[in-house]
Amino acid sequence: MKKIKNIKSKQKDNSENQETTPRLELCNITKIYPSVIANDSINLKVAPGEIHAVLGENGAGKSTLMKIIYGVVKPDKGQVLWHGKSRNIINPAYARKLGIGMVFQHFSLFETLTVAENIALAMENQNKTEKLSKKIIEVSEKYGLAVEPERLVHSLPVGLRQRVEIVRCLIQNPKLLIMDEPTSVLTPQAIEKMFVTLRKLSKEGCSILYISHKLNEILELCDKATIIRNGKVIGYATPADETPSSLAKMMIGKELPVCSENRKKIQPKKLLEISNLSKSKDNQFGTSLNNISFNVHSREILGIAGISGNGQHELINSIVGESLSEKPEDIIICEKPAGNFAPDQRRNIGLGFVPEDRLGTGAVPGMNLMYNYFLTGHRQNLVKLGMICFKKTFELAQKCISSFDVKCGSYNDQITSLSGGNVQKFITGREILQNPKLFIVVQPTWGVDIGAANVIRQSIIDLRNQGTGVLLVSEELDELFEVCDRLIVIAKGHISPSLNVKETTKNEIGEWMSGMFPGGPAELMKENLAK
Amino acid sequence: MLFKIEPRPDPSKKMKYLSPLIAVVMMLITGLIIFLILGKNPVSAFHAFFIEPVNDFYGLGELIIKASPLMLIGVGLTVGFRANIWNIGAEGQLAMGAVFAGGIAIYFSNSTSVFIIPFMFIAGAFGGMLWACIPAFLKTEFNANEILVSLMLNYVGILILSLLTHGYWKDPNGYGFPQSILFSESALLPILIEGTRLHAGIIISFLAIFIGWIFLLKSFIGFQLQVSGLAYNAASYAGFKYKKMVWFGLLAGGLAAGLAGVSEISGPIGQLLPSVSPGYGFAAIIVAFVGRLHPGGIFLSSLLVALLYLGGESVQMNLDLPSAVTGIFQGMLLFYLLAADFLINFRFKVKSKL
Repeated sequence: MKKIKNIKSKQKDNSENQETTPRLELCNITKIYPSVIANDSINLKVAPGEIHAVLGENGAGKSTLMKIIYGVVKPDKGQVLWHGKSRNIINPAYARKLGIGMVFQHFSLFETLTVAENIALAMENQNKTEKLSKKIIEVSEKYGLAVEPERLVHSLPVGLRQRVEIVRCLIQNPKLLIMDEPTSVLTPQAIEKMFVTLRKLSKEGCSILYISHKLNEILELCDKATIIRNGKVIGYATPADETPSSLAKMMIGKELPVCSENRKKIQPKKLLEISNLSKSKDNQFGTSLNNISFNVHSREILGIAGISGNGQHELINSIVGESLSEKPEDIIICEKPAGNFAPDQRRNIGLGFVPEDRLGTGAVPGMNLMYNYFLTGHRQNLVKLGMICFKKTFELAQKCISSFDVKCGSYNDQITSLSGGNVQKFITGREILQNPKLFIVVQPTWGVDIGAANVIRQSIIDLRNQGTGVLLVSEELDELFEVCDRLIVIAKGHISPSLNVKETTKNEIGEWMSGMFPGGPAELMKENLAK
Repeated sequence: MLFKIEPRPDPSKKMKYLSPLIAVVMMLITGLIIFLILGKNPVSAFHAFFIEPVNDFYGLGELIIKASPLMLIGVGLTVGFRANIWNIGAEGQLAMGAVFAGGIAIYFSNSTSVFIIPFMFIAGAFGGMLWACIPAFLKTEFNANEILVSLMLNYVGILILSLLTHGYWKDPNGYGFPQSILFSESALLPILIEGTRLHAGIIISFLAIFIGWIFLLKSFIGFQLQVSGLAYNAASYAGFKYKKMVWFGLLAGGLAAGLAGVSEISGPIGQLLPSVSPGYGFAAIIVAFVGRLHPGGIFLSSLLVALLYLGGESVQMNLDLPSAVTGIFQGMLLFYLLAADFLINFRFKVKSKL
């Protein structure tokens, strides 16, 4: 199924770049970790001013490759050529000196410092802050990335924090900007704005390495693409000549699977009723929940959209019982006031829950699949007189493995020997086999390969069709629009009115994600209007 | 740094079970070197240390008498250790068990009732658990570190015992020695096998191994303890109550130590002394770890550590070496075990120069 495309450059405005030496060239880059070959003889070329996509599934080795270019990780073999000269990039400081900037997937800002202080930290010659502030404003205005230099980072929403990261790179006039999954924390509107900035940079001659697994973004933005699978380069492509499905085929090695829908009518029975739930944050960086009310009905999937860190964590903890409410009536699960119920009591009345953190919360590292099934599956009559019924437990574990296509040797395998996607299939399956009436799923496909993501989405849809009410929290708008019946948006601990998926658009949800919805958080409304 | 430490991608499972053996071998090799340095013939030293104490029937009985409190406390502590609840206070809990049971024996010294012994065990269990309640309460209510609290309570418990044997409970006819009266026949455990000092207390220890095996490996609460130890977040996700685990873990250790205290005073000792244990409460921690927190392993490791006690006494008598030899061997055993475990999970790698 290998499909190698010629590296045929698209006609660009600055055609003189075509014959010049590439700005960055990687030759046979190999990086071996104790358990995995992250990069296997990777070759890659980036021309000046080119926006080059590195496309691959989660775990394909994209991030490792970028860290090698930025000097965070040392390759075991291979050469990095910068303007045609072999360079040994020993650390990020040297990379910055060469003119390489990187915006990380997980932010690297100090929350207790101001924007200007954070930027000053990355500068070689520590400028005086006033001078720097002026420069920050200058750069941010030039590229349409408004930031306030004196603001403390922890008071900024994630979208703005990313801007700070980008400005921090731009202020040093980079020749190459590496962006690792930059859009995962942005609304569709913010993504559009960022693309405008990136195109402007490219016009000015700055090369961009754009890491993503989102196909439509790459089609829209990038000039070239290198596709990586399992640490190897599978092929090079010119996005303009490709379609999302042809790119996906290269990325995962087979056709992009789709979920079968057959939506049924929502039943009016309420399985989760949250009314006027308010909770003040329990730590400095948490989010307070503000007068939250919504319902989940039988046979529906309600999606919660929102940029992470807007109160999702606190809300879910309140629903599953890891944080208790004083008034039981705040949260009614399957017609029982359950606000003061402990997690196991809530499970007993019909709640199933797949948490965001898989190994460590949803599953116990260091235990095999059978024990990990027992972790929450014990309520399926697997305890007799205080003793574990082993026979019934491994029968159920076996059923979970086969019904949800968990790829493993046997139920005796350690959970840690499974890939992330298989762990998630196992956890989801375990919760579904307990026949929950109300099913809570958080980021079910985050970091999961496309095949597994599809199995998980399909099983959520099937569960819904059996009459279960599902609450799905996700940052991926595509996913929410694919599986949900209704959507609500969370911003700064406020919940929006609900929208029928059929009657809304990603743009509308995106706008609401920034807090612009009826009854939205006042401070965000003001901030947005001022712009 | 020329070396760096990195986790092994796939730590060997076989080695996890072999590491106690590696530790024992390393302990022996180091012991050999120590004997050589001290100018003792290593062959006769090893013979005195490891063979002589157990080369007759009486000696084997002594081995089991010494192993009995170790395996009992070791299993009790393991209940907590599996949930990462570190009860370091077994020595004090043992002393308090002895105090409560000894009180019964002293106040009912004229009674010939068969209920004295069961009553002593109930009182001793209560005493040990009472002492374990303190760290449990402080941990669950105020998040006080149970390691420090239980460790410090050792000294309090031992000093209470000392206070009583020096004062209120001192034998009036004991020529001023700090010790209680000798217990009456009804407060002493029966001897199981003639010609040895093997007393009925070992039945409790063997039972503890058996119950511990089922409880830790087959029961729901044993599973909950294990999950709490391996992944705290997973335990709270599944709805297991951590406070319950803390109480359970600490009380199990206190119960076992208290019972061990009773067995000691109504078995081999037969009265209350200022010191009723040669550090069984601490040595049981080593027993639990060398036994891989598994009742079967604890049974074997308790025999080994008991042999170190006997061997220490033996070389003291035969080779004129100080009794600290026992402590040195115990320490080396734990040290090598921890080192072996570390090297099973991690490896050193020469830093490549790029």
